[in-house]
Amino acid sequence: MALGKTSELKILTPEGVEFSLPLAGPLTRCVAWAFDLVVIVALFQLISQVLMILSLVSRDMSTALMVALQFVTLVGYGIFFEWFWRGQTLGKRIMSLQVIDERGLTLKLNQIILRNLFRVLDSLPMFYMVGGLACLFSARAQRLGDLAAGTLVIRRLVVAEPEIDELLEGNENSFQDYPRLQARLRQRVSPQEVRLAVDAVLRRNELSLEARLRVFEQLADFFRAKVEFPDEVTHGLSDEQYVRNVVATLFNRKMSK
Amino acid sequence: MILDLDVFIETERSFWDELQVMLKRQVKQPDRRLSMDEVRRFQYLYQRASADLVKINTFAGDVEIKAYLESLVARSYSQLHEQGDRHTRLSPLVWLWVTFPQTFRRHWRAFALSFGTFLVGSGFGAGMLASDYEIKSDLIPGQFGHLSGKPSERVSMEENQKFDYFEERQTFSATLMANNIKVSYMAMVMGFSYGVFTVIMMFYNGVLIGAIAFDYVADGQGVFLLAWLLPHGSIELPAIFIGGQAGLVLGRAMFGWGTNLRLRQRLRLIRADLITLIVGASLMMVWAGLIESFLSQYHGAALYPGKIIFGAIELAALILFLSLAGRKRAKGNL
Repeated sequence: MALGKTSELKILTPEGVEFSLPLAGPLTRCVAWAFDLVVIVALFQLISQVLMILSLVSRDMSTALMVALQFVTLVGYGIFFEWFWRGQTLGKRIMSLQVIDERGLTLKLNQIILRNLFRVLDSLPMFYMVGGLACLFSARAQRLGDLAAGTLVIRRLVVAEPEIDELLEGNENSFQDYPRLQARLRQRVSPQEVRLAVDAVLRRNELSLEARLRVFEQLADFFRAKVEFPDEVTHGLSDEQYVRNVVATLFNRKMSK
Repeated sequence: MILDLDVFIETERSFWDELQVMLKRQVKQPDRRLSMDEVRRFQYLYQRASADLVKINTFAGDVEIKAYLESLVARSYSQLHEQGDRHTRLSPLVWLWVTFPQTFRRHWRAFALSFGTFLVGSGFGAGMLASDYEIKSDLIPGQFGHLSGKPSERVSMEENQKFDYFEERQTFSATLMANNIKVSYMAMVMGFSYGVFTVIMMFYNGVLIGAIAFDYVADGQGVFLLAWLLPHGSIELPAIFIGGQAGLVLGRAMFGWGTNLRLRQRLRLIRADLITLIVGASLMMVWAGLIESFLSQYHGAALYPGKIIFGAIELAALILFLSLAGRKRAKGNL
């Protein structure tokens, strides 16, 4: 991997808002390309079947059209779909990938044409070796066509709104009687630490009993060190229940039945 | 974490949902034009979601809400900041008569270098063959087997063939077009090697043509050579040079001479020109493919003057077109 390789594209908008887009790796792109290859081969078959009829009239014209249409399909497939589907071919759609401008903007036609013409170079000497290696070693997983056209391939994830209520169903949050301490806890916990606690609660049933006890013990100790709740609240509270209270507090859920 | 997330989400959710619906509709119908009111609303919702993202980043630590808002803002951002050419009407005639020749002239130095490299290669090829005729088989690749023998023998054979011996002209023409267009693409994309491989390609093509030309002229077949190559070569060779020109424009951008712009910015500046040059070269290759198949391959002493005149007219027309077309418009734009 190249030095400074990143897995996401960070964009700072003119409004001063920063957001990130996950970059697609060589493997996912390769699978998308395999799907596209299947489509291209199917199109070739379709063309040859249709031209079979024409060959009854003129074999020469039929073969000539086959050569020309296969060439146009090979060059034009990516250009056509990426233009009309805004950066997606059929394979990319299946794999939820999308080509975007490296500044996060929509693509221009000349970018689409250029990145597709560069396939003659990226596909050398066989099976996209040049492009694959470039993708593997470039900082933003770009093949040469992407570098020339100023494009990136991202994973197009439509993130669903989180359902914290479901997660905390059945949880009695005994911390709610101490709103000041709750506020302090919210102030002292970072987003990554929240994520850790949520993940632990989410995946608790996947853990063995021993691991589950150990994980929640460590997490509970960690959050106890952030803010100390009075004994009357924490007395008899298991480590796991403690962490669930922390999550409920961080998401400011009053109480679940 | 000093943001009351429950209240925050409850207040903002309806705006996020509305933005989500607008985005989905736009993805389903990419060419749908929004009304002014819809654009204003979209911008408002985008700015609101952006502000919410900032709030989440600053005051709360909810990773999932952050990811959700980032996804929403990212998709809205790319929709809102379109680069403009999606709804621009393409005018093929204006492109052909104005944009293409203007672009060609803007990068005339790259064309001169491409053509010059080819000429040097031709001289080299001719010189090599002049100094040692035995290396002809090494200079001319196997795929040009019909050129490996003595030129006068080939000429005699070609001139004595039946007029319509060549029955697969249409297939031949399509194959020529596809191959030659690929060659011009290759000449362009090889510019990514800082122009080195483009120069090598031009030089190699020159060596090949130079050696063939020398072989025919030395054998007293200069007229046949002109009549054979000029009708299609007067368009095909300039198209290859234009492919090389595009490659050298790319190569220069890779070096970044005379500018303090970053590589990405330099590439952005030349992208449209590269496409214009290569599409122009491809069109020329289509014409050359037709001529090579349907005219160049017909041989006979009576045909030669006509073929040479035809090729010369094509070349003159191409030179006039590339040097003069679109000039008025260029002045008007200044």
